[in-house]
Amino acid sequence: MEFFNNHKLLFRTAFLFFAVLTILVAILPALNNQRNNQPLPTSAPISEDAVKGKAIYIANGCVACHTQQVRNVDMDKIWGSRPSIAADYAAIKRTDFWRNTATLMGTERTGPDLTDAGNRQPSIDWNLVHLFNPRAVVKESIMPAYTWLFTLKKQADKGDVVVNVPKEFLEGKEGKLVATKDALYLIAYLQSLKQVKLPDGVTTPEFLYKQKTIETKAGGAGNEPDGVALYTANCQSCHQPNGEGLPGAFPPLKGSPVVNGDNLQLYVDIIMNGYDARAEYAVMPSVGTNANLSAAEITAIINHERTSWGNHAKKVTEDEIKRLLEYVKLKAKN
Amino acid sequence: MRFYFGNITIMILMAAAIVFPAQLCAQTTIGAGIKGSWMTLLLLLLILIFLLVAAFVLLIRVKALNSRISKWKAGESNRRFDKLLQNLDNVQIGKLLESKHIEKITDHAYTGPGGGKKFIALLIFFTALIRGNYVYAQSTETKVGILNEGGVIITITLIMIPILVGIGLMIVKLSGMAKKQKLEQDIEEAERFADYLATINDPEALEALKKRKAALEFELSNNELTGDKEAVDQKGLINNVNTKAAIAFVTQKKKALKRPGIDLQLSKLIIWYFVCAAFWLVFGTSIGEYVGIKFVAPDADHLSWLSFGRLRPVHTNAVFWGWASLGMLGLGYYIVPMVSNVPIASIRKGWYTLYFINAAVISGTICLMAGINNGGGEYREYIWPVMLLFAIGLFLTLINFIATIASRKTKEIYISNWYIVSAIMFALTITAVAYIPYWQNGLGETIIQGYYMHQGVGMWFMLFTLGIVYYMLPQQLNRPIYSYSLGILAFWTQILFYTLIGTHHFVFSSIPWWLQTVAIAGSMGMVIPVAAGTTNFIMTFNGAWHKVAGSYTLPFFLVGTVFYFTGSLQGTAEAFRSTNLIWHFTDFTVAHSHLTMYGIICFFVWAGMYAVLPRITGREAPQLTIGAHFWLALIGLLFYTVPLMIGSTLRGQLWMEGKPFIETVVHMAPYWLWRAIGGSLMWVSHLFFAYNLYMILRKAEQTDLKEAAIGKLNKPVTAE
Repeated sequence: MEFFNNHKLLFRTAFLFFAVLTILVAILPALNNQRNNQPLPTSAPISEDAVKGKAIYIANGCVACHTQQVRNVDMDKIWGSRPSIAADYAAIKRTDFWRNTATLMGTERTGPDLTDAGNRQPSIDWNLVHLFNPRAVVKESIMPAYTWLFTLKKQADKGDVVVNVPKEFLEGKEGKLVATKDALYLIAYLQSLKQVKLPDGVTTPEFLYKQKTIETKAGGAGNEPDGVALYTANCQSCHQPNGEGLPGAFPPLKGSPVVNGDNLQLYVDIIMNGYDARAEYAVMPSVGTNANLSAAEITAIINHERTSWGNHAKKVTEDEIKRLLEYVKLKAKN
Repeated sequence: MRFYFGNITIMILMAAAIVFPAQLCAQTTIGAGIKGSWMTLLLLLLILIFLLVAAFVLLIRVKALNSRISKWKAGESNRRFDKLLQNLDNVQIGKLLESKHIEKITDHAYTGPGGGKKFIALLIFFTALIRGNYVYAQSTETKVGILNEGGVIITITLIMIPILVGIGLMIVKLSGMAKKQKLEQDIEEAERFADYLATINDPEALEALKKRKAALEFELSNNELTGDKEAVDQKGLINNVNTKAAIAFVTQKKKALKRPGIDLQLSKLIIWYFVCAAFWLVFGTSIGEYVGIKFVAPDADHLSWLSFGRLRPVHTNAVFWGWASLGMLGLGYYIVPMVSNVPIASIRKGWYTLYFINAAVISGTICLMAGINNGGGEYREYIWPVMLLFAIGLFLTLINFIATIASRKTKEIYISNWYIVSAIMFALTITAVAYIPYWQNGLGETIIQGYYMHQGVGMWFMLFTLGIVYYMLPQQLNRPIYSYSLGILAFWTQILFYTLIGTHHFVFSSIPWWLQTVAIAGSMGMVIPVAAGTTNFIMTFNGAWHKVAGSYTLPFFLVGTVFYFTGSLQGTAEAFRSTNLIWHFTDFTVAHSHLTMYGIICFFVWAGMYAVLPRITGREAPQLTIGAHFWLALIGLLFYTVPLMIGSTLRGQLWMEGKPFIETVVHMAPYWLWRAIGGSLMWVSHLFFAYNLYMILRKAEQTDLKEAAIGKLNKPVTAE
């Protein structure tokens, strides 16, 4: 056939075929997407510090392990309260003359998703310790240690942010560990990662592929949530698997008067609304509210904490907690 | 040759031992949930039938063996011995008669081959042992019916193919053992026969034997037709006659054929492409190896330039744009002028391309390590000035190749050139689309990213490599390609379907649902070009399989072809929504990209290099180190990918069950360790590859003795 023997015709055809498909499947959808999506009215631009922090996030290739997308599937529910939508990314524009747009959605989830990291882990102290060496707070973590974002000083100057890291992570060196500006920018960026509530009247997209929970007989004993798993997921990164916390950063639950005491109202309040009553420890975020924990789940966590690591307090019932929850929620609103 | 197949068996058995939990899982789930789809049942049925047939064949063999033994023990020997006696030939009768005079019968000395059998038995036992462990580990993990998902079934089937082949080979081995057993028994029988012969002393019988001998000894003189001249090799067909062969520790493979010389300038260019490619391979995979180790030892260093997030793209980009791209282009510079039957249009442009691409990878690597990158899209981490260097290099080669093809002496454009030229055109297109900023805001960036990263592997690496195979494979097999039309079909369908599938990297993301569906449909369409290509290659092999064992390049082509089929179809299986649930975001993707970029692209490029180098230098690498390169790369790849696939499947399930995230990190630890081990094997194989390249090129400084001697003789005449 003449067509096959004419290189101009053959290569032009192949090129045009590819180019037309490219326009249809990549360029037009991309143009369409950026034209039809605007940032949500409920969202606000991130702070200057966070912008600098995002640059550090990009430079260090954090996207290699951390995604920033909550997919519309049930298993992603733990990463955000709703699936991400195109509008969530609409405000992200080209970084600068040299660098492309960084939506940072990612394709690997070797580490946790960070879409809602600002809500999930708002404690700056925890984030700094974790950044210096993740294994100081999460023993099993394989995240790199970003030690070069910190300096070791003999004496902390005024305005320095001192980080309390267990001694063994300082590799035998003495002094005060101070976070550099870059570390603080990076944390500011992580703090800024918060899922924005959809404006009223917009229907939230659904999570698909719900896990079919095999319903055992209603009221069966095996239906209680797993307190150990819930503790691991929500509490352990600060209070540690052994319940002893980290000296100078996170208080121990082992032998804690709040955990073992009778003031359940304070206990539930701390879990739901956070705590900042003791200067020697970091601020506790409102873990329960952020993670949308149910009464049953909170009961399971409390019971796990009251009966582990040598704690011997009386177990609580779901009904008790339910009543306290309503009260605590009211209190939070006022 | 036996050494060769023995190795394959061992390797596949090991792979089987590792993969087995997948099968096991399949079986237990079926047991648990009877509603298991008919697909799974069909698959299991097929496996069962295969195993039954295999068992049946073995049973027949064993029975045959047993019946022989029992017959002998029954003692019917004399009648059989009489029959044997009647069938002796003249020499045997002569010796028998002679022995009657000397009255001496010598004993047979025979030593049986016991060690091999023991080894195989040990291996089988070991395999069973490993399986046993997995049985134990697995028994708690079978809740969800993910094994009924189409994609999972396809993957299991793909993994099963080599395993079943392995079982087949094992049967061949076992029947070989049965044959050996039979041989031993024959020898015993022979001894008994000898005893019987010793008892014949009847003069009449001896006379009859003598007559029989005389009759049998009649023969033609054998030179009735040829006369009595001595044999002479008049056509120069025989070379290097070796009368004293030493024991061969390495199977002697076929040497490359001597070819008419390639333009020395072009040879030099191609060699430099290969040398640079090899450098980037060793460099890039050293980085990859280190990054893999960091999964196991995250505190290996605390330097910003060596941190994981920065090194990962250094690894991927160095092996993509440095190793694979330069390797392919070097082969392109050999193939394009060769099939056009003209010299290359411009050697200078070839050198510029080499400079530009090397400059791109060097500067890109430094930028990434310094923390300057384009914003996170995979394979798009180089900033635009760096990628511009790469694009300029490619553009120069594109016009060079087109100019060469335009001046071709053949009427038709051989299909290799379709693939190669299109690959370069498409690579330039996707680079332009990926780096032009007008459609990159918000999700636009992600849509382009999906398109770019997949067209990068499919339209640049895969298309170019297929072009290489369409020339090098027929050449190495010395047979024409099976079907030119299948090649053309694969070409157009590859463009049609591959272009669509980019967004399947972002299934369930906020990219429009219809675009995800198009990508998934396109991924299914990819079955057509992949099946067409594989069929074409396998059918080209067909009828020449015996050549594989005798060649050191063909095994590379074969492995590449197998992974082309399994790896590509695995990609299709991964694209379904149901499989995305389990595998997306896990290391399954990493395993897949290594199965394809390494199993397909690297093996084909190595095959091409080992085929081309002897032709342009006239020298070959030691076969021992080529073999080491091949086996370490293949075994390493399996150790790397199979555990990662198993681990990530389980991790995906743990995510779906809502287990705490950190638990799933802990769960991956052993699989990451296996990955590091497999990666180390692969890395060592690259050192062998670099050594082979060095051995081929180092000898360039040595003189060819014959050439030198002839040159010396002629010198006085040609001297000025």
